[in-house]
Amino acid sequence: MMLTVAMPKGRIFTEALVLLKQAGYEIPDDLEHSRKLMIDVPNEQLRFILAKPMDVVTYVEHGVADVGIAGKDVLLEEERDVYEMLDLRISPCYLAVAGLPNTRVHPIAPRVATKYPNIASTYFREQGEQVEIIKLNGSVELAPLIGLAERIVDIVSTGRTLKENGLVELERIVDVTSRFIVNPVSYRMQDRAIEQMVDRLTYAIEKAGECNEN
Amino acid sequence: MRVFMFEKPLGMRDTLPDVYKTKRALREAMMKEIETWGYSFIETPTLEYDETVGAASAILDQQLFKLLDREGHTLVLRPDMTAPIARLAASKLYKEGCPLRLAYAANVFRAQQREGGRPAEFEQVGVEYIGDGTMYADAEVISLMIFALKRAGLRDFTVTIGHIGYVDALFFDILRHEQRVETLRRFLYEKNYVGYREHVKSLPLSSIDRDRLLRLLTLRGGGEVVAEAKTFATTEVERRAVDELELLWAHINQYGVTDMVKLDMSLVSHMSYYTGVLFEVYAKNVGFLLGNGGRYDELLAKFHRPSPATGFSVRLDRLMEALGEGRNDEKTTCIIFSQERFAEAYAKAAEMRRKGEKVVLQQVAGIQDMDQFTASFDDVVYVLGKRGKDER
Repeated sequence: MMLTVAMPKGRIFTEALVLLKQAGYEIPDDLEHSRKLMIDVPNEQLRFILAKPMDVVTYVEHGVADVGIAGKDVLLEEERDVYEMLDLRISPCYLAVAGLPNTRVHPIAPRVATKYPNIASTYFREQGEQVEIIKLNGSVELAPLIGLAERIVDIVSTGRTLKENGLVELERIVDVTSRFIVNPVSYRMQDRAIEQMVDRLTYAIEKAGECNEN
Repeated sequence: MRVFMFEKPLGMRDTLPDVYKTKRALREAMMKEIETWGYSFIETPTLEYDETVGAASAILDQQLFKLLDREGHTLVLRPDMTAPIARLAASKLYKEGCPLRLAYAANVFRAQQREGGRPAEFEQVGVEYIGDGTMYADAEVISLMIFALKRAGLRDFTVTIGHIGYVDALFFDILRHEQRVETLRRFLYEKNYVGYREHVKSLPLSSIDRDRLLRLLTLRGGGEVVAEAKTFATTEVERRAVDELELLWAHINQYGVTDMVKLDMSLVSHMSYYTGVLFEVYAKNVGFLLGNGGRYDELLAKFHRPSPATGFSVRLDRLMEALGEGRNDEKTTCIIFSQERFAEAYAKAAEMRRKGEKVVLQQVAGIQDMDQFTASFDDVVYVLGKRGKDER
């Protein structure tokens, strides 16, 4: 039985690949540079599909991928019905509220720009603040500079992008790492194969953790 | 918003002939099996009062379709069949001490939050077994579900059984506070095992208690899980739950269906009214839950007639998805006639219909495009012209 793994393209991909290799999976090197979106690795009984990070949870929820690797930010934003099995502890970063230094939120029309409308809305509602959420698809840092919104909610990993655009971090919302997720039906129907993958990944995560401590 | 001419309300669907046939075949197969186990089919109204059935239902409030009647009462489109049947059983049918076996095949309505195309109205086939608190009732309901699915032609599926009483007892014994139990149970309900582990590790607990909570996630597999859970059960309630599962497993074994069944002690359902044994069924080729069920011993008390009860429901749309394209092997014949030979053509059609064959009787002048029309039939008989031989 072949297991289909949904992988996020971009930032997380390389780190996830390193972790899979540490878990003992023999993965061909051309996986990283291929332009194909679906790659079979028959000797490991694995099929990889390469998707946009935001879409990995969708593929897994619908069961066209049995398992996947997705950021906690995506899981929080999308609220999909999938098992969150493991914290892979890769690609650490966090979600934060940022803005121009020494600025106030607009008293009449407070606006927040973000790629994460669901997370941002929940966060400000929890604070009891009424804000208008503006959904953007990228380059969110632009919004305060050009006057679209006074605040943004975005992923911060090193803080360099914020700094280069003259923005400061105001509040930290939640820490984010990548997670190993599983479709609820696959979790039952393919339990052996998935359990084995979880065990191998757990071992790799622990080994990676030890390396970091030393 | 502009409504397009052919548009339907969000999540509502038409069922076209081919799908209808497949759906009916599956429904009838399941119904036949359920009837042979002595269950009686019933119908209840599509609309119910929000105050009674709406409140008793386990479906989230924001998923209910609500409307007002002329007196200003809030009505709901039934979101499940269990609550209406509990109302019916409590008011009319149930007599203390007499187990009641009821079944249904009915549409339920749940507004969908995400991706508007997901069905908001879908048919469920299920049973409710009311008035019997023994494990024989649970075993019967689970086995019947398996038999009915098999009768419908499903092969590759699995049933996962858990016990919510066990989870609650374990959590309460360690956390001692309903609020804290709820927080932890929520992680299981959301399938967030990472969050569950982190939360457990953050609690000020003895290492023994921490291990008991963490071990819960690993207690899954075949019948051997019962023995494992038994060694870890410390409270009376936990032990009773494990004993129930042990009995259940033995009874299911009598039905010969244990190969379709697995245990998972951490199983928590989206239906909040379950009180004991609960189960979910999954099938290959469908990414979502096919059906579920369990024991709900406190629901009938909401209708002032406390009684133990258990049941299952299976979503027909997902069963269809799991089985793939319908295999429709019944053929349909078309008799095309001209007006002067109508009597002859009708006699022929009536004769075939008596034999149970499917016949379309069509006047030739009513057809605009002969080739396109005849292409949709397995066989065409022409009864045309003054007198003469039938052409095929």
